Amino acid sequence: MSEGRLRKLILGDAQADRVVPPSGFTAQLTLFVSGAMAFLTVFALALSMASGRLADQWAEELARAATLRINAPEAQRAAQTEAALEILRQTPGVATARALTGEEQAALLAPWFGAGVPVGDLPLPQLIEVTGDDTGYDAQGLRLRLQAEVPGAVLDDHTRWRAPLVDAAQALRRLAWVSILLIGGATAAMITLAANAALAANAQVIEVLRLVGALDSYIAQAFIRRFTLRALTGAAAGVVLGMAGVWLMPEASAEGGFLTGLGFQGFGWLVPLLIPPLGALVAFAATTRAATKRLGELS
Amino acid sequence: MIELENVGYNYGGGELLNAVSVQLAPGSFHFLTGPSGAGKTTLLKLCYGALNPTAGRVRAFNMDVHGLDRDQMAYLRRRVGVVHQDCRFLDHLPVIENIALPLLVAGRELSHEEANLKELLNWVGLSERAHALPPELSGGERQRAALARSVILSPDVIIADEPTGNVDWEMSQRLLQLLVELNRMGKTILVATHDLSLIRAAKNQVQARVLRISNRQLQLAGADL
Repeated sequence: MSEGRLRKLILGDAQADRVVPPSGFTAQLTLFVSGAMAFLTVFALALSMASGRLADQWAEELARAATLRINAPEAQRAAQTEAALEILRQTPGVATARALTGEEQAALLAPWFGAGVPVGDLPLPQLIEVTGDDTGYDAQGLRLRLQAEVPGAVLDDHTRWRAPLVDAAQALRRLAWVSILLIGGATAAMITLAANAALAANAQVIEVLRLVGALDSYIAQAFIRRFTLRALTGAAAGVVLGMAGVWLMPEASAEGGFLTGLGFQGFGWLVPLLIPPLGALVAFAATTRAATKRLGELS
Repeated sequence: MIELENVGYNYGGGELLNAVSVQLAPGSFHFLTGPSGAGKTTLLKLCYGALNPTAGRVRAFNMDVHGLDRDQMAYLRRRVGVVHQDCRFLDHLPVIENIALPLLVAGRELSHEEANLKELLNWVGLSERAHALPPELSGGERQRAALARSVILSPDVIIADEPTGNVDWEMSQRLLQLLVELNRMGKTILVATHDLSLIRAAKNQVQARVLRISNRQLQLAGADL
């Protein structure tokens, strides 16, 4: 497309616009459809980004963090903890190993027992927080060594319960992307139908324009411009509403778990702003295709 | 300008025109006559490329009309002004915009053409009606508006299909006057009409040739009309 045509498409030509009579009903339908689709896309996008974030976060913690639990009689607990820490310090791939203090353990249990319960009096196992470095450590080897030297130690590298969650989060992200693609396809289909209806309804106008020497590209542009602008306007409204909806959702919090993390973070808020231009692009392509096909069929 | 060479047209149900040959020389004035349904409109459509002949060749401005693609056909339509039998306006636009439509679709800057447009409206006597919608016009006004639209791009050839079909005698005289003036400006004119008195009236003002369709053939009618 030449620069002149592109400029004309964006800035428009008020006189050329009047050549095709305004069609109230299809115009409103196109606006509504693109608005609704943009609204849905915002949510699919929020879901995709949140689940992506969760998957990444969980996968990273999975690879690096583990907990060592020392189940030993009160008398031996300190000695075993010390021995385990010593082993961990010698293990390649372990960056830090730190025994949790009594207060930290109590804080972990507080959500379950309430703040008033004297957890200090309970026979609690000692927890050691293990963080791997970038290379990672050999969990199986570490387990064997601990078994031999610290019989009360149990290494929990979280794989058991986090791996399915990471899988689920990734599946959720894939589903969200598939939804976005489907929404785009459905938008294209509906705008094609609307454009075809408009072209058919204006068959007389098109004929007169051809008779006075209009090129197909001139006629097509009148329709393309209309539908592109409608899709842009509708999608912009849909995105504003969708983003407001996401913004009104509760913020991510430790108590709420992963459900409250659904939304955008930081620069993520800019991503939905791409939806209106992309919607307009879809409408442009769909209308161009419909108009070219339709005009080619005329005599 | 426009040349038909052994042109035949068959609309599927039978032959309408057979071995028609005619040349419209620059600056000539032709009437096309014949009974209703004889193929006057078809012959005109062949001349401006709205129909393709089923036999023979049509040449316009030294181009074979048959070989033109859609864009070239659009450019041809800008060089041939056509007054259609039913005028063909965009009913949602006022008369002045309908008349300016060929300028608009040709991408001309309308603000540069305002004086021309005004003069043209004045010439066809529609200055007062410039902002009326086409359905509000009388038959004669519609025909004059259609004529104005057909000449706005200053075409070399003007083809009019029954321009006086729906108007009274006085108005048809006025339309004829406009066509004669265009011819004096050097335009090639082809008018289809079944109104013999109109042809007679024209013969006093301009050297017009009369083509008659009869029996699927085109004949040059004698001077004894």
